[in-house]
Amino acid sequence: MTQIREDIRFLLNDSVVTTFDVRASDTLLDFLRLEKKLRGTKEGCAEGDCGACTVLVGRMLDGDLVYEAVNACIRFTGSLDGCHVVTIEHLSGADGRLHPVQQAMVDQHGSQCGFCTPGFVMSLYGLWMTNPSPDDHAIEKALQGNLCRCTGYAPIVRAAKAAASGTGVKNDPLVAERQAVIETLNQLADGSRVECKCADDPFIVPANADDLAVILTKHPGATIIAGSTDVGLWVTKFMRDISPAVFIGNLPELQKIEVSDGKISFGAGVTYTQAYETVCRHIPQLAQFWERIGGEQVRNMGTIGGNIANGSPIGDTLPPLIALGSSVVLRYGDRRRNVPLDAFFVAYGKQDREPGEFIERIDVPLPASDDRFAVYKVSKRRDEDISSVCCAIRVKPGEDEMVDEAVICFGGMAATVKRAGRAEQALLGKPIGEASIEQAMNGLETDFQPISDLRASAAYRMLVAKNLLRRFVLEQNDGAGAASVRRGAAA
Amino acid sequence: MSDREASEAKEITGGVHRPQRHDSGHKHVAGQAEYVDDVAEPNGTLHAYLGLTERAHAEILAIDLQAVRTAPGVVDVLTAADIPAHNDVSPMGKNDEPVFAENSTEFFGQPVFAVVAETRDQARRAAMAAKIDYRDLDHVIDVADAEAAGAPLVTEPLTLKRGDAKAGLKRAKNKISGRMRIGGQDHFYLEGQIAMAYPGEDDEVVVLSSTQHPSEVQHMVARVLGVPSNAVTVNVRRMGGGFGGKETQSNLFAVVAALAAKKHGRAVKIRPDRDDDMTATGKRHDFLVSYDVGFDGQGRIEALDASFAARCGFSADLSGPVTDRALFHADNCYYIPDVQFTSKPLKTNTVSNTAYRGFGGPQGMVAGERVIEEIAYALGKDPLEIRKANLYEAGGRDVTPYHQTVEDNVAPQIISELELSSDYAARRRNIIAFNRDSRFVKKGIALTPVKFGISFTTTWFNQAGALIHVYQDGSIHLNHGGTEMGQGLNTKVAQVVADAFQVDLDRIKITATSTGKVPNTSATAASSGSDLNGMAAANAAGQIKTRLIEFAAKHYSVPAEHVAFEPNTVRVGDRRIAFSELIKQAYMARTQLSAAGFYKTPKIHWDRATGRGRPFYYFAYGASVCEVSVDTLTGEYLIERVDILHDAGQSLNPALDIGQIEGGFVQGMGWLTTEELWWDKKGQLKTHAPSTYKIPLASDVPRVFNVKLADWSVNRENTIRRSKAVGEPPFMLAISVLEALSMAVASLDDYRTCPRLDIPATAEHVLFAAERMRAEAAKRG
Repeated sequence: MTQIREDIRFLLNDSVVTTFDVRASDTLLDFLRLEKKLRGTKEGCAEGDCGACTVLVGRMLDGDLVYEAVNACIRFTGSLDGCHVVTIEHLSGADGRLHPVQQAMVDQHGSQCGFCTPGFVMSLYGLWMTNPSPDDHAIEKALQGNLCRCTGYAPIVRAAKAAASGTGVKNDPLVAERQAVIETLNQLADGSRVECKCADDPFIVPANADDLAVILTKHPGATIIAGSTDVGLWVTKFMRDISPAVFIGNLPELQKIEVSDGKISFGAGVTYTQAYETVCRHIPQLAQFWERIGGEQVRNMGTIGGNIANGSPIGDTLPPLIALGSSVVLRYGDRRRNVPLDAFFVAYGKQDREPGEFIERIDVPLPASDDRFAVYKVSKRRDEDISSVCCAIRVKPGEDEMVDEAVICFGGMAATVKRAGRAEQALLGKPIGEASIEQAMNGLETDFQPISDLRASAAYRMLVAKNLLRRFVLEQNDGAGAASVRRGAAA
Repeated sequence: MSDREASEAKEITGGVHRPQRHDSGHKHVAGQAEYVDDVAEPNGTLHAYLGLTERAHAEILAIDLQAVRTAPGVVDVLTAADIPAHNDVSPMGKNDEPVFAENSTEFFGQPVFAVVAETRDQARRAAMAAKIDYRDLDHVIDVADAEAAGAPLVTEPLTLKRGDAKAGLKRAKNKISGRMRIGGQDHFYLEGQIAMAYPGEDDEVVVLSSTQHPSEVQHMVARVLGVPSNAVTVNVRRMGGGFGGKETQSNLFAVVAALAAKKHGRAVKIRPDRDDDMTATGKRHDFLVSYDVGFDGQGRIEALDASFAARCGFSADLSGPVTDRALFHADNCYYIPDVQFTSKPLKTNTVSNTAYRGFGGPQGMVAGERVIEEIAYALGKDPLEIRKANLYEAGGRDVTPYHQTVEDNVAPQIISELELSSDYAARRRNIIAFNRDSRFVKKGIALTPVKFGISFTTTWFNQAGALIHVYQDGSIHLNHGGTEMGQGLNTKVAQVVADAFQVDLDRIKITATSTGKVPNTSATAASSGSDLNGMAAANAAGQIKTRLIEFAAKHYSVPAEHVAFEPNTVRVGDRRIAFSELIKQAYMARTQLSAAGFYKTPKIHWDRATGRGRPFYYFAYGASVCEVSVDTLTGEYLIERVDILHDAGQSLNPALDIGQIEGGFVQGMGWLTTEELWWDKKGQLKTHAPSTYKIPLASDVPRVFNVKLADWSVNRENTIRRSKAVGEPPFMLAISVLEALSMAVASLDDYRTCPRLDIPATAEHVLFAAERMRAEAAKRG
């Protein structure tokens, strides 16, 4: 019998917080600023896009304590059970002495108005802990989720480098307290289910995946929340009622990554950051693309399972996962079924998921060694932006280099992520070259009728979609960079 | 006497011309710097939230607020009927900007009411429950539509005229006509609009506001409440960014907070969500510029006739001076023999556009630079050659379209130094060679200069006050009328005062701006903060120093010329007296150790009716070189390298000035590249949050980003320590990005056609420009 408790418990800086008084829709940012009067963490946008509210969340992952930068504005307080929340107030010494990251920001004139600064410091701190001597690329990647309107970033990047050359790891609070924190978190992890019944806005944190299955059969209409990078905005922007909510972000069974039999299996709760190393090792064609999903904080929170479950027509992982022939395992109680991903998305906002079902796992076949596979994302801003057009192409050459199999999948071109049937057909049985690609490009006119919106016009989407097919051919024949610009390439 | 004072240090710490850190830097990084939302609220603080319309243009038939009033936690709902005096916050006194709309809505997102509740969350949820009935009217959103439809003007237009443009065009050998669309820009200050009001006795109220213009907030609160200005005190410690967006746009929030606070006798805070902030507050003006230029075979401009139509939104706000400043900067660094510029400040059913860094100047300047490009591509020349051929020069080619003579022209020197240091010529040759061999990836490079006029064009705004107290222990309290929004104004002014008294900077306490300490201030705007407030503070320090000298001379019986302020000491004849010791002695001798300083900019005058005068005290200059790579299959591009040489005169603080240049450039780059405002057919702005409105990231900044001050430049006018203003001018350095993109695209037609790349040059606009170039090339065969 699963133990049930009604409070949540987590470590906030250096003290344990135990509270019954939490609603499903309560955010960590409001908890910090309004309840705890910790006002160093700022609200800039309340949608996870500016990073002014960045804090670190530490959690036990495979027996190790891992700290990650997250957006407190869209992180639900209830999802923090068993975690360590670290805010800007925890960084300076008791004597007021600045942390090396903070000191570097001061020395390099890295703050002007100062409002974004605590968030930048926390992102840089997260980087500093894991990468003592980051290069430009690593710094820019760590800062993708932080907006600064004053400095033009140059002094902040200089500060990141200056902090790296400094010392002071010994005095770092999270290094000094590490063992004690691990012990505290292990004590907090008592194997209970949490059922917080505050007023009319209750939530549940399951004890484990089996418990989740039980809970969802009882509450089939519950809002399942993993990273809350999307659901967070339902609350902060649309003030929607998400109760009863079920927080699944920390269930160990859903955190597994397994590579076997030519496929990777991702637990539905695996974040983009967790998946990154495996993706880079086994599907290197996705490495650069993966770094352009959201910003660092969003990648630390957001999950592959959530990206699929939401079924957005502009979900970044969907085109490549479909092109690779992925499938999802859906579970209801103890019943499981396997659905190919390209059949999962039924219509705009509608997926093949029954009430009470949840995505347990995603199986991603690795591309064969002779598969030609590429993924492209075109957006208004290169990083931390939503695709105008996203395109994944996998082509299997057969005898004499003629195409045996072609999967071309687009995001941003229709009401769901969708394969380009005519374009795929046009490639079959032909060599990969500019001649056959012209026909495939024309096929797109039949495959899609894109819309005009704030991200791009219909005409641009169509032209870019066609030209991405051309880029694919050029790259296959002339090598990467033949028809694209890449940051750092010139240096 | 402290050790520090006893030592005969050669110089003080933190004096002028030193790279002193921002005074709040250590607090910023520790999360200890307080913004309005961080200040502890008094018990019983209420929270207000605005209810906005959902029609771009409609009659309001009925407003049903019953569900709002009965929502949990709601204490009150305020509408136009609750305003004691004037339902208006128009900054130019045109009475065209209601606090709460009554009978009609003029843009999608106009405030109609405010809910007051126990918590912000309750107020925000309640605001959604309003039911408003509308009768739709036709709306005009786009500036081109407004111009075509002959939309009314929100304020009087301006014409600048010298010579006869029409006749000049007729005479000219070569003529080009064109149009340029220039997009607007959201300020995206990281700290949104916010105000907190505390009710006081009688008619008094104190307001904490995130504003660049405390005096105007004071006047607006007084106007709306119907109380004299002396009842209202506005305090500003710092803003989390302003950029012009808090020059007038903070009025609304301060007024609502004050109104609710006085009505309920409780403190009231108001802070809109980011989406509502971006929907309900003004932005940079979009422009549609139409130009006819005539030029000779060498590319020298002979005549230019241009009209500047601007999307002003539903009311005047600052659109008059903004569109004026566009005209003042369309010449940039270039002499135009026969010229006519006309503004068209058009009314549209959009939020009322407002001040934004550069204040119309960037829009005027980028249009002027487009004209240069047109000439260059028409003649098959490097645009830099055309720029050089048209620069202002002494001896007949030095008078602007507003009849001010350019006396301080350092543009030629800046351009030639930067051309050399950036290796422009060789890089351009290499790029042209690269483009010949590269099928889809094309590169571009451009060098563009900036000349920006310094002074408010409304002459009477060019005044400032400061207040200095020296206490008995020798510590100094500094206050002035400027506001700190990140630019480091407080640091610079403190450096000036430290230098005046020759004391270390840490002896000076910088205090919050308050209308109760320094009255009748101008907005911290027009790059004027240090120029005006630095001089006012120097004036105050000078008054106290004069009294100290008089005291010391008398007390020690030495001639006044034998009293000198040296690092942390005062030399009186042969004696060296610690500063704090002298202060104590002066106090005992009943010397007044407090002074109010004042400054007004000399020499300036402007007659708008005739379009003649000297609106600017001086000009600030700069230039930049930008190199880009463009993928002409998708329009995606990279900014590879930027080199900047900028004129801050004798910089008061080189570190802070470099920060303004780097930051201004990147903000300008955002305006010209990825920052796109997009309205749907209903007239709703759909880019109203960072998820949809894309300002630059760290990874958009060029990896090679060389920024240098033209340290040889000395302001020929007697400004504070011969420095130059630096807030706005660097913003326009980013025009080189646009022109480099333009060159990359122009390569597709062998640089023979001006790509006419509109702003913002999103990947989409770049790709379509590339398609036009390909079509031109195909036509030629």
